Amino acid sequence: MNNRKIFIAILCFFSVFQLSAQDSLLKSISDTMTAAHKTEYVTGTFKALYIVNMKTIEAPAAGALNFEIQHRFGTINSGAYNLWGLDFATFRLSLDYGISDRFSIGIGRSTTEKTFDGYVKYKLLRQTDNTTSMPVSVSLLGTSTYFTQHFGTKAEDSAISSAYRFDFTAQILIARKFSEKFSLEIIPTFIHYNLVDSPDDHNNVFALCVGARMKISKRMAITGEYNYLFPNQLNSITDPPRTNSLSFGWDIETGGHVFQLVFTNSQSMVEPQYIGDTRGTWGKGFIYFGFNISRMFNLKPRK
Amino acid sequence: MYRRFLFFFLLAIFLSAKNFSQSLMTKSGFIGFYSKTSLEDIKGENNQAYAVMDLKTRHIAFAVLLKGFIFPKELMQEHFNENYVESDKYPKATFSGTCSGDMDLTKEGIYQVVIKGELSLHGITKPVETTAQLEIKKDHILGTSIFKIKPEDFQISIPGIVRDKIASDISVKVQTDWVRTN
Repeated sequence: MNNRKIFIAILCFFSVFQLSAQDSLLKSISDTMTAAHKTEYVTGTFKALYIVNMKTIEAPAAGALNFEIQHRFGTINSGAYNLWGLDFATFRLSLDYGISDRFSIGIGRSTTEKTFDGYVKYKLLRQTDNTTSMPVSVSLLGTSTYFTQHFGTKAEDSAISSAYRFDFTAQILIARKFSEKFSLEIIPTFIHYNLVDSPDDHNNVFALCVGARMKISKRMAITGEYNYLFPNQLNSITDPPRTNSLSFGWDIETGGHVFQLVFTNSQSMVEPQYIGDTRGTWGKGFIYFGFNISRMFNLKPRK
Repeated sequence: MYRRFLFFFLLAIFLSAKNFSQSLMTKSGFIGFYSKTSLEDIKGENNQAYAVMDLKTRHIAFAVLLKGFIFPKELMQEHFNENYVESDKYPKATFSGTCSGDMDLTKEGIYQVVIKGELSLHGITKPVETTAQLEIKKDHILGTSIFKIKPEDFQISIPGIVRDKIASDISVKVQTDWVRTN
């Protein structure tokens, strides 16, 4: 017992002398700094606003505008005559704008069914580096889509109320950056279709979407997503039947751009269409090659 | 035995208190870095640098959290932390060195001094030598220094596609305001 006291006393004694040494001066402030460290929000859970089709928890910062070009070619199994699908390009153009660091809005227009979409995203919770305080990031996303493609003749087309052209999607985006390299996102999804193909189909549809990214270098990542549509909701179409959307991507980041090369069995890029109306199956080569390109513009400098 | 322990303990407190009065400390030092090229101007600024100066030995030390650097563009800040300085792996930059040159701490005035020491960033430690200006006031000591560093020296790799947008010499500005307590 006494020996221990002597030891502690000697330790105190020497530590005081050590403090005057140069390195200890640095060590003392470095330790003070570590002790004073506050929890911070985790950044860069995902590089882009999209995994492939699925939206990520990320949003532009206040005053930043993201311009996104998404291309999907035709199916790879359409043969050499169609240059393995490259002859049939479809696209979606969209803009996302950060109203605040947590709240953003977006608009888009897709080729498929000549669809317009608009959405609002709110970053409800943000993961912190101290896991015990907040282990996940959660964003809320509400999307409405409006397709403008004509039905049949002009008379037939005008007989359908424009209300039937709207679909609504509500999603809770839950993501966690597990490490510097690996991030995972899960999205419980609810879609309301104002118009479905037959009375047997449900207007209110539920799905669960899962996406992930794995960085392979500082500026490249491999991504994947699977959008599971719960069964017995949309069964009326059988040739070919609806299937779940499965996609893979390769992200390359260069400064303000993110370039994503993707392979997917969905040609369309808005939620009611890729979650609820994917027909291609990977096994039979109904795979669409394509890319997403994003460019971030800063319209307002940060305060 | 207990008395002897108490003696050492009091001695330790006495000595550390003495040392404490000899050094000046601030938690709000300014460190900014500036990269200027014809394509893009980049700056990151931090107002939360810790800086300490031992008046007797003239040792100085700095520590700064890299995540505390604020950029005008949020995306740049994310790239700085994720791709360049890798602040999850190497959260701090530190400097430890000595200050030499003529200066009289008891007299108010502006002194030009030489700072020599080692800068640690991104897991690499390099010697740095620069001039600095110390302004001695009755109850403050103000320090200012500007020097240049090369990202390559600290193994911060810059991909070819953005090489032209990032200066090969980055200027670093340091400003401290130490309040004199005695």
